[in-house]
Amino acid sequence: MKIYDVVIVGAGVIGCAIARILAQTNLSLLIIEKEPDTGFGISSRNSGVVHSGIHYTPGSNRAVYNVQGNRMMEGLCRELKVPFKRSGKITVAFNENQVDTLSALLKQGIENGVPGIKLIDKKEMDVLQPGTRGKAALYTPSTGIISPYELTIALAESAYANGADFKFNHTVESIDIPMPDSAQQREHFVLQTKYAENSGTKPISYAAKILINAAGLGSTDIAKMAGIDDYTIYPCRGEYYVLDKRLRDSLNLLIYPVPGAHSSGLGIHLTNTVDGNILIGPSNEYIIDDEDTSTTIDIMKTLREEGHHLLPALGGSDFIRSFSGIRPKLAPPKEGGFRDFIIESRQDVPGFINLTGIESPGLTASPAIAEQVKSLVGELLPLRARDNIVRGRPVIHNIPFTEQKFSTCSREEKSELITRNRDYGSIVCRCEEVTAAEIKEAAARTLGPVTFAGIKYRTRAMMGRCQGGFCLQRLTEILRESFGIATDEQTLKGPGTELFTGLLRTLQEPGTKESL
Amino acid sequence: MNNEPKFDVAIIGAGPAGLAAAAGAAKASAGSIVIIERNYRPGGILNQCIHDGFGLHRYNESLTGPEYAAREYDILQNKEIANKITLLSGTFVQDLVAEVAEAPGNQGFSLTVMSSGSIKVIRAASVVLAMGCRERTAGAISLPGTRPAGIFTAGTVQRLMNMQNISVGKRAVIIGSGDIGLIMARRLTLEGAEVAAVTDIQPYPGGLDRNVRQCLHDFNIPLLLSTGIVKVHGKKRVEGVTAAPLDTHGKLRLLSSTYIPCDTIMLSVGLIPEHELARSVGALLDTSTQGPIVDQHLMTTVPGLFACGNVLQVHDLVDFVSKEAEYAGSCAAKTAIAPPRPTHRLSAGEAQAILPIKVGSNLRYVLPHTILEPGRITLSMRVTAPEVNFRVHVARLEKGADRILLTKTFSRVSPSEMLRFTFNCDKMEPLEVYGESF
Repeated sequence: MKIYDVVIVGAGVIGCAIARILAQTNLSLLIIEKEPDTGFGISSRNSGVVHSGIHYTPGSNRAVYNVQGNRMMEGLCRELKVPFKRSGKITVAFNENQVDTLSALLKQGIENGVPGIKLIDKKEMDVLQPGTRGKAALYTPSTGIISPYELTIALAESAYANGADFKFNHTVESIDIPMPDSAQQREHFVLQTKYAENSGTKPISYAAKILINAAGLGSTDIAKMAGIDDYTIYPCRGEYYVLDKRLRDSLNLLIYPVPGAHSSGLGIHLTNTVDGNILIGPSNEYIIDDEDTSTTIDIMKTLREEGHHLLPALGGSDFIRSFSGIRPKLAPPKEGGFRDFIIESRQDVPGFINLTGIESPGLTASPAIAEQVKSLVGELLPLRARDNIVRGRPVIHNIPFTEQKFSTCSREEKSELITRNRDYGSIVCRCEEVTAAEIKEAAARTLGPVTFAGIKYRTRAMMGRCQGGFCLQRLTEILRESFGIATDEQTLKGPGTELFTGLLRTLQEPGTKESL
Repeated sequence: MNNEPKFDVAIIGAGPAGLAAAAGAAKASAGSIVIIERNYRPGGILNQCIHDGFGLHRYNESLTGPEYAAREYDILQNKEIANKITLLSGTFVQDLVAEVAEAPGNQGFSLTVMSSGSIKVIRAASVVLAMGCRERTAGAISLPGTRPAGIFTAGTVQRLMNMQNISVGKRAVIIGSGDIGLIMARRLTLEGAEVAAVTDIQPYPGGLDRNVRQCLHDFNIPLLLSTGIVKVHGKKRVEGVTAAPLDTHGKLRLLSSTYIPCDTIMLSVGLIPEHELARSVGALLDTSTQGPIVDQHLMTTVPGLFACGNVLQVHDLVDFVSKEAEYAGSCAAKTAIAPPRPTHRLSAGEAQAILPIKVGSNLRYVLPHTILEPGRITLSMRVTAPEVNFRVHVARLEKGADRILLTKTFSRVSPSEMLRFTFNCDKMEPLEVYGESF
């Protein structure tokens, strides 16, 4: 059994940000993920906002890492070719009490080191976003928007290109902690993992000198396996609507309400995304089952009403999709509000670096948290930079990354792309104008198994107004013909999510297994 | 740009509407016609409709979808027509631009078209939109609950099963009783899958009566009307749905809800005209049909741009699509050959002001929206609710004793069945079309 210097549990944005910078050191590295791909949990189910840092208690982890992360994000995105836009945000007050809250937020923001922050009046609000309601607002120009799944994918690719190993579809079942003085003289962690859905297979073991727990909603379970029982996660669901791109120009920047004193979220708001859709949400509801990403009739109704209120141009057919994400909150329901991120190197379990309760602003904070974790690792093992670090968005499986999406190219650029590769002339997803060339590139570069959700997050196919009605049938053909994935093995998001039961009539599928 | 080849008529889409529009344009003496089709074979959605029932009006026999498409395609093989027509298959229209007419007779459109290995611009004096429609999705109806594998629109399943030999599940619940859902309920059953139920939030079926009889009743498939979906269950693959009846106020009666186990959900909850190109070129849309606003010649508010078939209004019978499209094609040809004097695009206000056909009581919409000149006009419309003993009146807008110009009587009407009849318009005057039961 190979003993890794570091094993990271969880390939969300936190795990992948840590993996990226540790992969640039001399340490050997493995990332274990229960899902078939990176960022399938919390990291892909949020507003995609890079926060400024006005909302958090000065000196707290959330404040410190948010402001640092915000500063780092632009350069990181430029290097990794991930779309990022510093759109700015206004937090709007509707009454005098809320104006007082804004003043308090301003003071807190300045103390936290948030740049460019200021209180603005109705006139200035109108310049930023004509027609905005409310009395006054706090303007934070450093707030930005990002594609959270693209960032996570890019971070993982960078780690992979620098030698990190990834195991997808592997769930950690148990952890043996190092006990050098015991009879076993075990010097390292041993993790038993189960390959998803294959209950018949034997557990697969991995060993690590340092174990980093970045398992998000599962982080307290992982901690318990290592004997740490200090924390409980209270899952708190937020539901969203995705709006048609038709409305992309109706929102210049982010508009948030003033959050309530004990609110567990930042309030229902409109968020523009880097891809041109607007999100309405999130709601805020503690739930029991941390995997239940349902949407509910009552909350969707509230979101629709709120959406019509905030965006008068919104029509009934502009709601193209709903989804929900789950915050891993440490604050129990009766306490409400927020507790701070836990980022700690455990003294009681030497070598166990524990990250838990990383809810909002975890996406923003991820690059800064990764730096902090690297310094914690450095206290345990000697670190030096690796030779020949691969920078930027790397070549994966011999396939380079094409930064520009076909849909955003000029006619001349399109023509050039088509001349170079005729698959660019073949549209697969007509709503988002995704070509066969882009689908093939995305599938070929995927680190783990190819899934429809993975292709969706990489290319935006199926994310438009017809929601796969047109492209599903084309995607299944490409996966079968170009990647040899049999029809009944094609999944939405990993084992158990097979999309098709097989073929209607017995035919031999070209290039795949003969039996049905 | 004027060096690009210029066709008299460009038709976007080679489904039943596009094929018939081409025939109509050719018969009306268009010299050159181009049809742009994104699939590799013409016929559009007919190719996946392997059931019969097509052509009862147009061919006096019951054809399958591919047979109907073949008949339509054969018309274009007639040697007087064939040499006028260019079919660009596997080709997408990237954008459509109305060129500013520098001089009378020089109006037209440029279309950027793309296919595997090529992108180019073609020009046409007039354009016929014949792109059909798309299905409303789970997202569009805010389907509550989880979003696992196994949720499809009915038309997608139809294509997967009938053209790609792919089966999607063993036990399905079909949400919405539109025609495609009904057809697919039967299709799944014939393939050995079970259809646990078809639900509809309305108190009446969304599809044609004959489809309810032939596809549900004949196979003992339960149709649950006035029933909404409370929740989709299943994290990985669909495991079931909870459905509940609606009370008289349209609220879900949760205490009476039932859980229906299934591994597949199919949606048949309405069709939306593919109006994006029309909108992008500035054509005004009807908020009810979601297709473009048209005059009696099926010309949109953009001069030289015509619309027909399901991109104009969602039809229930292909026979009427063909008829409508032939007419649109012939009008497009006439405009291309002898363009009217330069016209400017109508503003929303102007289009409103000259709207002489008012949609009256009990009707959801009436087409065409405007009348430009006296003549024989085909009116098509849908009612808002099912009725028995129903009359539709075409009347002068102005109130008066003899305002009714034409009355049509129907023993039964339903929103699922388009009403179509012709009206001889002798005099230019604002009209109202309205319905009443008697």
